[in-house]
Order: sequence, then structure tokens, then C-alpha cells
Amino acid sequence: MKFAVIVFPGSNCDRDMYYAAKDALGEEADLLWYQEANLEGYDAILIPGGFSYGDYLRSGAIASTSDIVVQLREQADKGVPILGVCNGFQILLESGLLPGAMLRNQNLKFMCHFENLVVENDETIFTSKYNNGEVISIPIAHHDGNYYCDEETLARLKENNQIVFTYQNNPNGSVSDIAGIVNEQGNVLGMMPHPERAVEAILTSDDGLKLFQSMLENWRERYVAGA
Amino acid sequence: MLQAPEITPEMIEQDKVYQEMGLTDKEYDMIKDIMGRRPNFTEIGIFSVMWSEHCSYKTSKPLLKKFPTEGPQVVQGPGEGAGIVDIGDGQGVVFKVESHNHPSAVEPYQGAATGVGGIIRDVFSMGARPIASLNSLRFGNLNTGRVKYLFDEVVHGIAGYGNCVGVPTVGGEVQFDDCYEGNPLVNAMCVGLIDTKDIQKGIAAGLGNTIMYVGSKTGRDGIHGATFASEDLSEDSENKRSNVQVGDPFMEKLLIEACLEVIHSDALVGIQDMGAAGLTSSASEMASKAGMGMEMNLDLIPQREENMTAYEMMLSESQERMLLCVKTGEEQEIVDIFKKYGLEAVAVGKVTDDKMFRLLHKGEVVADIPVDNLAEDAPIFHKESKVPSFYEEYQAMPAYQPAITDYNETLKQLLQQPTIASKEYVYDQYDSMVQANTVFSPGSDAAVVRVRGYDKAIAMTTDCNSRYIHLDPETGGKIAVAEAARNIIASGAKPLALTDGLNFGNPDKPENFWQMEKSVEGMSAASSKLNTPVISGNVSLYNESNGRAIFPTPVVGMVGLHESLEHITPSHFQNEGDSIYVIGDTAAEFGGSELQNLLEGKYFGKAPAIDLDVETKRQDQLLAAIRAGLVSSAHDIAEGGLGVALAESLFNNNGFGADVQLDGDVTTLLFSESQSRFVVTVAEQDRTQFEAKVDDAQLVGTVTATSQLTVRNGETEVIKEDVTTLQQLWKGAIPCLLKSKA
Repeated sequence: MKFAVIVFPGSNCDRDMYYAAKDALGEEADLLWYQEANLEGYDAILIPGGFSYGDYLRSGAIASTSDIVVQLREQADKGVPILGVCNGFQILLESGLLPGAMLRNQNLKFMCHFENLVVENDETIFTSKYNNGEVISIPIAHHDGNYYCDEETLARLKENNQIVFTYQNNPNGSVSDIAGIVNEQGNVLGMMPHPERAVEAILTSDDGLKLFQSMLENWRERYVAGA
Repeated sequence: MLQAPEITPEMIEQDKVYQEMGLTDKEYDMIKDIMGRRPNFTEIGIFSVMWSEHCSYKTSKPLLKKFPTEGPQVVQGPGEGAGIVDIGDGQGVVFKVESHNHPSAVEPYQGAATGVGGIIRDVFSMGARPIASLNSLRFGNLNTGRVKYLFDEVVHGIAGYGNCVGVPTVGGEVQFDDCYEGNPLVNAMCVGLIDTKDIQKGIAAGLGNTIMYVGSKTGRDGIHGATFASEDLSEDSENKRSNVQVGDPFMEKLLIEACLEVIHSDALVGIQDMGAAGLTSSASEMASKAGMGMEMNLDLIPQREENMTAYEMMLSESQERMLLCVKTGEEQEIVDIFKKYGLEAVAVGKVTDDKMFRLLHKGEVVADIPVDNLAEDAPIFHKESKVPSFYEEYQAMPAYQPAITDYNETLKQLLQQPTIASKEYVYDQYDSMVQANTVFSPGSDAAVVRVRGYDKAIAMTTDCNSRYIHLDPETGGKIAVAEAARNIIASGAKPLALTDGLNFGNPDKPENFWQMEKSVEGMSAASSKLNTPVISGNVSLYNESNGRAIFPTPVVGMVGLHESLEHITPSHFQNEGDSIYVIGDTAAEFGGSELQNLLEGKYFGKAPAIDLDVETKRQDQLLAAIRAGLVSSAHDIAEGGLGVALAESLFNNNGFGADVQLDGDVTTLLFSESQSRFVVTVAEQDRTQFEAKVDDAQLVGTVTATSQLTVRNGETEVIKEDVTTLQQLWKGAIPCLLKSKA
């Protein structure tokens, strides 16, 4: 399986994402500079965390206007799995690939620590190796992680089973404790917590590894076993 | 603001304009001799920043020479942007600490933020990828609105900058004492990893080679920052807010990635960041180090504001700027690399062979100075030193013996002292895990960051108990180094080297200078004994507000190596049934202790004694036991003594408790701050082997499954408390102080 990791100016979890795919999962991965990237031919696309464009204007806002997002939309429409973590999630929201918006954390401070997440939907291509209700320990590191959407959108998210992860103890004020959501097609996941930082026991938790393993398993089922 | 064209060389001399820039009459005369004429306004400005303490170390240099700086592990000692130690496999660890005290006192957010940015640049300008940041902070007690504001905004500034650049802030220390009320200390340390073949130098070598400027444009911010850092703070300091630079961490992140790409280009000859004294120091130091001269055309300097004078451009401390020396004809290669990151590399000058620092502006030569006199040959002053009378009084006092009746209550109070209390409020705001290598984040004795792809890790810590140094600078200096090493050892690593962040008061006062001298002697003795040479550092003097100096605070930033990931040892108790040992003897030593602060609200008497032979033996033996796999957890015993150390060892939410028997004077055994001690846990089956390896280990108790800390003296339970209760008090203390009305 071949992963693309998009690097924006100011991305800073790009290498972490790359190593999660390459070393922890043992698959191929390329770091692609946003201006030079050709997303054709990749089996999954990872949008890393960080501070693209220094979070100037709004987190993810400037990156969402770059040319690469046009390609990203094409790939999303084709059903290619796309995972956006932290700033990656913010970019997906700003570009409209996922619904909702991010507000500043309720306590107005950056926060970084492990949080317990509850797996709410184990039927996505990102979560098939987890079980519904499973509690996993994944770090958060954000200032603007307070997920917001209007009631109509929230009802739709619930109805379509698009809420994938929730916080067990909501740290930032997110609507309905939301930590991660997928699009209606189920191939675009955005989440604030960092699974790529929890892929080895030495990093305190390896609970995030199953997310990448799920992606691999589903890719194999779709393209290798089925071929 | 002074305007260059209006002030003639004659006026500078007659009106002593140089004094406003921090130069003395004697220094002015020296400059006139060097130049063979009266210096113009730009030139005198350049001299004043280069000869400021911050850049020239003119008063501290004679002391810094006492530090041991060599060892087989040292790849780069003091003199470059940062020091480097060897960690095997062709890799080195690059590190340095730097202060940003005065800027943080007047503009805490930007002061702290740019402190982080500056030290990160020092590390990546050596060619290293920054892998971790630490800090060492001092504030007044959290009972005034001003102190709370300084504390919150300094932390916010460190977070705002550090989080954005993607370097994890993995450790640090925060202490509170009244002496820092008007003059907080903000020391930032950065640690980088390098393939030693990639080491860069800040040199401008090769006649005719091109000098290139890259990064943010030059503005009027931070003018005379180095001079501001080299004088006492006073009520006027508020007016110096405009001397504080403004940081742009996004620009820094682009610079990191671009510079780490540029170092692989053969076109690059040398690279240095523009730190204190900006363009002036980077350019003149690069030329002086190479034994060359430099000519720059200031018309070519990218400028953010209009009509900037030569003086303003040369003294600006605008952030996120780098200066490069590039082989003639190969400039385009460098331009292209930076262009990818949206950065412009601009040719602004060339290397000459006349050893002059020559600046052109609007067709005129605006400065022409022998470059060595600015950098390598800046003057050195030997200050007067005098033993302060308070030191003699402290030494003559009988040993302080605190009277305690309720040990349980005392422990609870100690855990809530802000210096001891949990700093979670602080470090939760730092991204401590980016780069996905953090094994132990803040809250451990030492932070531990693994080296990806190898069976090894880097341990790092910052330490300085300034109360001991206030009481006895030589002993306190030894303790600062020994304690840092203890933290590294407790994590299972071998200490390699240290960086010093020397924060002192005004050196013109002989008593202050004596404290500097003695601290440095103590630190040097401990560094030699523990084989941790000083490979980089920073000096911040004039830390006084309204005439009162801070406690001498020579911060030690130390780095160690875990030769295997197996050696990484947590500071918290790990298993029910493990035996608890105390390594080391405890005497009634309460001078400078947290208990003395709690009971008396001040510090007096003798600092705890330290025997460096004993220290070395215990550290070596503990490390040997850890490497033999005999130790489940290890924690050094510091502020608050064994009582606090035991409680802290239980604060990791795993539901354990401890049952401890202490026979003897309970106050001493629980709360004395005797040095060279650890609390460690050992599995039942390893006890015999452990005891054979560690001479001074005494069995004191057992880790239990019930979440309760019980300490017995004879049959009496002197402490019996629920661990959760203790932990909540410890965790809640700082947030509670911040919320309470000033």
C-alpha cells in the first residue's frame, strides 16, 4: 500500500505521519511538498497536523485555498481514503470536504496530553480493527479543537453514523464530544487526536496503530484479495 | 529614537552620547584608539552592542575560563552557536541554553517566544534538526496580579512559538521566589540531533565569497536589545517595550526546513543566525572567526520599514533572520532552495581580506571598523569581588531545626508549595510529543527522547536550586550540577555534558561578582568530577529590579545518553510488592529548604553539604544497577525531601500506595534536603543483587496495592493519607493560586 503525506508550509507532524505509515505499519509512504504533489496513484492520502501557514487567518484556512486541494477533492470523489489529523482535519473542514468548523478550545489554551477516545463507528475503513465502545488512549495537541456544527448537521452526522470517535472526557468543548468524523461516503476521516503519535508502546500508547492497520486491511480486501 | 545624521562624531564625544548606549568613558577612549579617529554614530552603535555583556562576555569571560570544556565525548565546545557531544553511530547531540529575561520582564509573551526562537536558530544553524526544547523559569510568588500575568504570558509565549515550529517542549522547571518578582527569568534550551559529518560553522571564509541574507525583513524592532539585556531593570524599563522583538514562528519553521536542506549544498561555506545584536554580530563574528573581513551594502538588506538608517539596520534584532556565506558563482543554488519555501535569499555583501568590517549605505561608507576588535578581541574587564556580609552571617548561624508536630499536614502543605506543586498547568500548554519520539514528557525527573532507528535515547533536564546558591554559591553551584546529573542518572542515562545559563545581578557590585565567581567554581568542580564538561552557555547579568538582585541562578541544562532503550527508567513506582530503597544518608539539613520557606518565609543558614566523591559513587552505582535491569523506578530526592519524593513517586494514577518505615528523627528523615539521595524501587527477586551493587541503599518499605501513603516511626503512623487526596492538592495548587484574587 502506498501512502501520500502532503506537506504544507508549517506542517509539523508530516514526518510523524510518514513514519507511522512506513515504519509502524511497514508500508510505502512519500512526503509530498504541496506545490509539487501529484496525488495520482496513491492508495491513501494523509494530511498531517501542524500549523500550515502559521494558523494565520484561521487554522487550515489558507492551506484550504491551495491548488493541492483541487486534487484532494478529485481523489476524495474517487473514494481514495483520506485521513486528516489535527491541522489536517482543520484543512478538510475549511475546504468543505467535511462539515462543521473548529473553534478555540473552551479554556482558550493550547492543550497537549493523552485522552481516552471512544470508538463510535467500527465499520469505517479507518476503524474496522477496533470495536464499537472500545476506549483507546490517543494524544491531543491543539488550540483550536473545539468542533462545532449546527444542529441540522449534527443530526445528519448522527443519522449517517459519521461520528467515528468521541472523547470520554470532553477536553475542549466539542459538540457532542466529537473527536473525529467521516464524510457521508466514509472515505474521508478528520480527527483532532493524533493516532500517528500512538503507534509504538515506547511512545506510551500504540492504540493508534489499529487505525492504520484498518486502512491497510481494507485496501487489501478491496484491491489485493478481490483482484 | 536617536537619528544618525543629526549626531556628529564630535557630538558623540562631547555629549557622551555613547553612555546612553551603555559604553563607559574608558571604553569610548579604547574605541577611539582602535579607530584612530572619532567613531561615527553607526560605528559607536555597533561597538556598543558588540561590547555589551550579552555579546562580549566582557566581565564573565575570566570566570567562564574556569569551566572544564573538554572530554572525549565533546565534538564542539563553547564558541559556536551551540555545543555538540558525540552519541555514537556518527551522530551528535547539539544543545545550548539562552536567557531572555529582560525582554520577558516588559513584554512577557514576545520575550519568551523570541527566546525560544533564538535558541532553536542557534541549534539548526549548526546543521542539526531541533528535537526538543526545555526551559527554566523563575517568577515571584503568585500573589500579585503582575506576577500572575508574567507567569501566564511567558508560558503562553513559549507555547505559542514552540508548538508552531514543531519542536516538542519536553521538560523544564518553574520555581517561585520573591526575589524574581520584578525580574523573572526565562531561560530556553534547545537540543538538536546531527550527523556529525553535517556540522556547520558560522564562518565567512574565502576571499570574494558572497554574503547572503535570508528570512524576515529587517524592521525597527529590538534595536539595542543586547544593550537592554546588559543593564538593570528599573521603572523606566517599561519604556523599553519597543526594544523587545516580535517573533514569527511560521517563518522560523520555514527557515528550519530550508536551512536543513541548504546545509547539504556544496555552495554553502558558513551559516549563522542573527541573534543578539542582529546583523552586526552575525556578520562581524563570521568574518572574525574566519580571519577575514567583510563588506556589506545596506541598500540591499531586505527592509520592512521605510527610511531605515544604517544604525537602525545594524542594531535591529528583528527575528528569524540568517546570514550565509556562499561560494561565488553558486548563489543561484542557494536562492532556489529557499525559494521552494517561499523565502528570498539576497546577496548583500562579500568576504574581503583586509579584516575590516565595512558598511556601505546610499553610496557612502557608513562604518569601517577593524573586525577583530568587535568580536574576538573585545575587551575583558576584571571586576572587584567581595564576600557579602550576609554569607558570613549565614555560615555562623547554628543549624536551623524546624519544629513540626503534624507530619501529615506538613506534607500536604509542602506538596502545595508552588515550587513543588505539579506544573501540569504549564506543560499541558506545550506540545511535548510532536516528532513522535517523546518517551518521557514533562513531569519526569528527566525528559527522554528516543533516537529514531537506533537502540538509544537522549535524556535531558534543566536544574538549579538558587536558594542553596544564595546561601552558599560554591556549594550551591556544585549541587546544581550534581542534581542535574542525578536526574539524568535516575532516568537510566549516562550524563554527557552541560550547558550553563548564568543568571546573576549587577556584576559591578563586588558582592554579586563574588557570587558569580564562587558559583562558577562550584559548578566547575562538580562538572569535572562528574565528567560533564560545559560545552555551551549564556550569561545574563544585571538581573535586578529597583536595586535588588535576584538569587544567583546558574541554570544547568544537561544531556545524557541511554545506551539502550532497555535502560529507560521511570520515576514513578511501577509494581505492587516492589521494595522501596533510599540511597544515601540523611542529616538534619534545612538551610534553603522548602520546609524552611514554608515555616519561616525566608532562607537562611547553611546550604546542604555535598561531597562530590560520594555523589559520583552513588550515581555510578545506581546507573550500574539500572543497566543490570535491577531497578523498577528511580527518583532523585530534592525540594521537600523524602516525604515529597515518596508522594511524587505515587502520582501516576496507577492506584499504588506505599508502606514505609522510618526510624530516627522523623522531621529530618521526611523533609531534610540532604544531597546525593535517590528513592528507588526494586523487585523482590532482585534485592540481593541490587544491594550488592549499591552500597548506601537502605530498605525502607514496600509498594502496595492500596492507594495510600503510610509512613511509620516505630509503631506510630506519622503519615497516613489517601494518594488521590495528596495528588489533588499537588495538582490543584497552581491553578488555585492563579484563580485567587491578588
